[in-house]
Amino acid sequence: MIFKRCQYLFFVLLLISESTVLIASENALGDSLAPRLGEPVFDYVSSIVSPDGSGLPNGVGSVAEGKSVYEAKCAACHGVEGKMQGNHLVGGIGSLSLVQPTVTVGSYWPYATTLFDYIARAMPYGQAKTLSANEVYAVTAYVLFLNGIVSEQARLDAITLVAVEMPNKDGFIELGVFEPDAESGVRKK
Amino acid sequence: MSNKSNNNETQHAAGNGLLHRRSLLKASALGLAGGFLLPAKADWRSVPGAPQSTYGSPSKFADLRREQTIGHPFGPAAGSSSTPLQSLNGTITPNSLHFERHHAGIPNIDPAKHFLTLYGDVKTSLRFSYESLLAYPMESHKYFLECSGNSYRNTFPIAQNLTAGSLNGLISGAEWTGVPLHYLLDEAGLEKDANWIIAEGADASGHTRSIPLHRMLDGAMVALFQNGEPLRPAQGYPMRLFVPGCEGNISVKWLSALKAQKTPAYSREETSKYTDLLKDGTAEMFSLEMEVKSVITSPSGTMQLNRKGVYEISGMAWSGASAIRTVEVSADGGKSWATALLQSDNQPNALTRFRIPWQWTGQPSVLQSRAIDQKGNVQPTRDVALQRYSAGSFYHYNGIQSWQVSSDGMVKNVYV
Repeated sequence: MIFKRCQYLFFVLLLISESTVLIASENALGDSLAPRLGEPVFDYVSSIVSPDGSGLPNGVGSVAEGKSVYEAKCAACHGVEGKMQGNHLVGGIGSLSLVQPTVTVGSYWPYATTLFDYIARAMPYGQAKTLSANEVYAVTAYVLFLNGIVSEQARLDAITLVAVEMPNKDGFIELGVFEPDAESGVRKK
Repeated sequence: MSNKSNNNETQHAAGNGLLHRRSLLKASALGLAGGFLLPAKADWRSVPGAPQSTYGSPSKFADLRREQTIGHPFGPAAGSSSTPLQSLNGTITPNSLHFERHHAGIPNIDPAKHFLTLYGDVKTSLRFSYESLLAYPMESHKYFLECSGNSYRNTFPIAQNLTAGSLNGLISGAEWTGVPLHYLLDEAGLEKDANWIIAEGADASGHTRSIPLHRMLDGAMVALFQNGEPLRPAQGYPMRLFVPGCEGNISVKWLSALKAQKTPAYSREETSKYTDLLKDGTAEMFSLEMEVKSVITSPSGTMQLNRKGVYEISGMAWSGASAIRTVEVSADGGKSWATALLQSDNQPNALTRFRIPWQWTGQPSVLQSRAIDQKGNVQPTRDVALQRYSAGSFYHYNGIQSWQVSSDGMVKNVYV
């Protein structure tokens, strides 16, 4: 068994030395070399929230509810109304082309879903992943309200959060992205 | 060995004392001829030393320390420590001195309770235990790992008088061993539209990055070993993603999940952070590849030259695009350049050691290195590198490092 694997490996090494285009051939051999020990899972709960709303849980939160959660659990580091110097969350909209830009959630972040994702996975610092889904929706709503992006009456859920348009949504140039190509299947933009 | 006799035999390769390699060989031979003295009597020559140990440690006389930076006033565990480049040689960074960057400290993970789950746009979602991954075919490669914020202090308006490691030490080189990712992706069966893989870590920051599929198929691995031993907790034990040539931030440590999907997740660490603001107010996103770069590690910042004569200028070069083609060295602040010897196996996306002899006559000098990779990318001057982004944007800075040697032998960081 071990000898057999060594022979395969030797064959792979030969291929590597002979060819620079080896992904296809390696993959073909990969199937036969891999022990295939992955266990199928059917109940994995993803924590990845994307701009299309995938990964968002059920729940709802208002600006007013978010204000009270924020003041209890966020303001110590981010300041009253998100204005802590050096750790601020608000301001700077329209400042990105200035000599001294102010980079904040409001001025820079392209997607509101990112705010939900990050608060849910990493905040509050030291007690990450302890907020309920309703609390995360609420704090997200409050931070967006502080930036003038949603109204004081806003209530966010999986539908309304995805609909929020951020001021800098068109401010990014994506590098290294692949598009389908007739010849190779993929190509670099 | 006298400077005079040396001068008669040296061949200059560029201005202000840069020599051809054979000159140094002669100088070394002279030095050796006069250097055989009986060592002074010392205890260690007659009394048995310490017994063997289960896990070794460096000599107490070797001062090897990482410089630490607290990342945030409210989060002392969210910081970094940099490799002391000036204390090391060759191309491998010892595991205890590999640079660190954590967003919420170093988790202490029991591998029996840790799994890697591959899910999303795949035919079958799969879960892999640490034990099961150890049974897969592995590869070993020497790669550099560089934080995209490396050398950020050289973007400051005033040159900081610091060591090579403090300024540029968010880079390390190691032999990484792990399971090529294509085995696992094949096993789960990628759906046609799965253009991106979202990698997630099990630390308290839940660190998350989106990586284009082509990078995951082209050399990326689930790394399990570093320089021959299981990963250290600070480097992602029990497993990390490793994507060669790219900013260190995407090689997600404590890797717990890989989600295949059509689009990026646009996580906080690839929108709010690790993007590069341009002067016009737009910003580059997914600038993953690290640029061509080099730094002289000896002589370097805060060192003191105590004699005139021949020195070996030594440093390292790297590029995320390819292997290194050439490293040029200047001793006169960039007026003239000589080609250095590349003295290590020169692999793509790995550290390459360069060396060149230099005759220091005691006059003020500015030492610089400039790397050129196999794709023809040339390391820019500081001024040119700073033009690339908005002021205050500090990721992906790869400007030429300048070390000033003053007439008293002090070496310090300068902008020229």
